[in-house]
Parts: sequence; C-alpha cells; structure tokens
Amino acid sequence: MARTPALSGDVLTPDDAATATVRHARWQDYFQLLKPRVMSLVVFTALTGLLAARTPIHPLLGAVAVFCIAVGAGASGALNMWYDADIDAKMRRTRGRPVPAGLVKGEEAATLGVVLSLLSVMLMGMAINWLAAGLLAFTIVFYAVVYTMWLKRWTAQNIVIGGLAGALPPAIGWAAATGHAPLNAWLMVLIIFLWTPPHFWALSLYIATDYAKAGVPMLPVVKGAKETRRQILLYSLVLIPICLAPVFTGLGGGLYLAVSGLGGLVFLTLAWRVFASTAGDAADPRPADRDLYEVGDAVAKRGKPAKERLGGDARHARNLFAFSILYLFALFAALLAEAVLGLPALKVVELLL
Amino acid sequence: MTSPKPRKDVDPAAKARGGRNIALGLGLAAFVILVFVVTVVKLGGNVGPHF
Repeated sequence: MARTPALSGDVLTPDDAATATVRHARWQDYFQLLKPRVMSLVVFTALTGLLAARTPIHPLLGAVAVFCIAVGAGASGALNMWYDADIDAKMRRTRGRPVPAGLVKGEEAATLGVVLSLLSVMLMGMAINWLAAGLLAFTIVFYAVVYTMWLKRWTAQNIVIGGLAGALPPAIGWAAATGHAPLNAWLMVLIIFLWTPPHFWALSLYIATDYAKAGVPMLPVVKGAKETRRQILLYSLVLIPICLAPVFTGLGGGLYLAVSGLGGLVFLTLAWRVFASTAGDAADPRPADRDLYEVGDAVAKRGKPAKERLGGDARHARNLFAFSILYLFALFAALLAEAVLGLPALKVVELLL
Repeated sequence: MTSPKPRKDVDPAAKARGGRNIALGLGLAAFVILVFVVTVVKLGGNVGPHF
C-alpha cells in the first residue's frame, strides 16, 4: 500500500492533498495525533529517570508509569495539533498532519487529547503515586496551554520557556520510582531544558521562512539569524558544563563523563561553527517595511525551496541540529546503561573533599 | 423500508470506520485488563493471608 503524506510526515503535494481529502481517516491517523516520534523520546528520558533513581519498583508498575507518561505526552501532542492546525497548515514540515490535511476534525483531536490526558493522569495517580501524577498533569497543561496557546504565538522565548514541558519526563519517571524528586532528577530536567533552545534554534535557522509565513515569532523571525546564532552559542556554553554536573552529584559515572565530555566538545565546536557562519542570513525573514506575513510570503515565493536557497552555510545549522539529537540521546543512554549495569557513580565531590 | 447497510468491502468509509472501531475496542479492552493487572499487583501479598 502506498504511504500517505499524513502517515509518513513527508511534504504534501497538491496531488497528495487531493487524495487526502477523499481518503477516510484510519486509526493510524489518530495515532499520528499523538506525535509518536516525540513520544519515543519522552519514553526514553522517562525510563532513564525511572531507572537512574536506582530504587526497586515492580517491573509492571514501572512499565505502567512509562506508559502513562507516553500517553500523557501523546495527549498534549493531540491538543497541540488541534489548537495549532492553522499554523501547521502553513508550514511545509507540518501541513501533512492529520488535522490540516483534513483527515481528522479538530474537535476530534481535542477530544482525544482531553480523554487521554485524564486517563493517563488518573492511572498514574492510582497505580503509581500522586506526585508523579501531579507532575504529569502539570506537564500536559504546561505544554497544551502555556506553550501552545500562549507562548508559541506571543514571544521569541516560546521554546525556551515551553521547553520545560519536554524536559520534565525524567523527573516524572524518578518520582514514579521513589515518590519524591530530588536534585539529581531536576538536574536531568535542567539538561533537557537548556538543550532545547540550541536544538530548536538550529532547526529554525533553516526553516525560518516557514515560521514567518505561519506568523510564529521564532527567534530568527523576530531578532534575525545573527542574534539567533549568538544565542545558540551562549546556551551551548551554559549547557555543556551543566551536562557535566551529574558527575559531581552522584548521578553519572565514568561512562557518562566520557560521553558528556567528548560529546560536549563536539557540540561546542558545532555551535561555534554556526556562530561563525552566515546560516540563516540568506532567508532572513524579519519584517522591514512590511508585516510579518507579507515578508514570509515574499520570501517563500522567490522560487527555490529554503534549503536550496540557504546554500552552504545552512549545513552548519543542520549539523548542530542533527548532533544535538545524538548528544541528548547519548547522555541519557549513558545514564541508563550505568543504572542497568549497576555501574557506580563517580561522586567527584567526595573525592575532591 | 430502511436504507441498505453500507458494505465494508465496497464502501471505503465503512471500511475505515470499522478499522477505527476495532482499534478503539481493543484499546478499551487493553485499558480494562491493565487496570485489573495493576490492581492485582498492588494488592500483592496483602490478599493472600486472608484466604
């Protein structure tokens, strides 16, 4: 069977759009509302938090906790797709999603999001504990209401503050295992929180025209590519030392130290290359004497797709974006491996004292 | 006289709806089983001594 744009996430061509309008929604389209790729990252970080706590938990209850976190994340994704359907329809990256593609009604996405939110939080509370359930509820509300309905369309700091929602799963996992959330749990949250801005701003440097066209005030749209590159470097300079902090707090061991140290050097190198480059300049969509939408349309109508038009220097932003995913994955994989294998933490502070 | 029931093998809408209904049913059944198993696990050793 041919893959449909709504399922594959590919760009929706006019022919695809015509097909999509006559195709009837399948269960897979509703599953796409849950943003399965985001869910998989959430599952991974939540599982790391749950196991890094190194507190025995019944395997089934541990699995239920991770399941609840995944469903909660999916529910907030469905609410996001309902509220942002107008924005999604204007962006190449998102216009194949089920709601803007016309496969699923907006109110159906909203209903699915609300129902799954309630079920995931209630099940977490009854099966695991109410601290984990409370943190999960906060995460869903923060993402769906604070980020999606407020920050995203209002400020260039949208993904900085909104990144907290994506950062919380390790703390929820830790709370599920132990019933409390100590410093080390919040350290994992802080790592993801500080990782989010350089990650998303690297992406936004080469799809800024899409954001401008959709009226989303991402940093390159509001402040320009140069300021975005500077902010990427600044956040990276803060992020890398924080990524080393678990070695000092009894969370990370030798493997984690190696991964965070070497990966951090590569991350900083790539961030510096972005800073020193002209990535995003060719498609700088900042409004001059026209409003945001007109400028976005004008840039989009110049002919060539943004990626081609940006040329060589855009590769620096793309390299950082790709490596940032690998780096976060490697950091949490190291913590996960150390927890599963029972490798000791370094406790550098004790060694220094 | 009632309108003829749409045939799943020829009506794409009915076929898609059938698939959605099956997925929803399986999801609900899985949720019920999950709650039951979680209850058993959480009761655990607290139930045995009473029998």
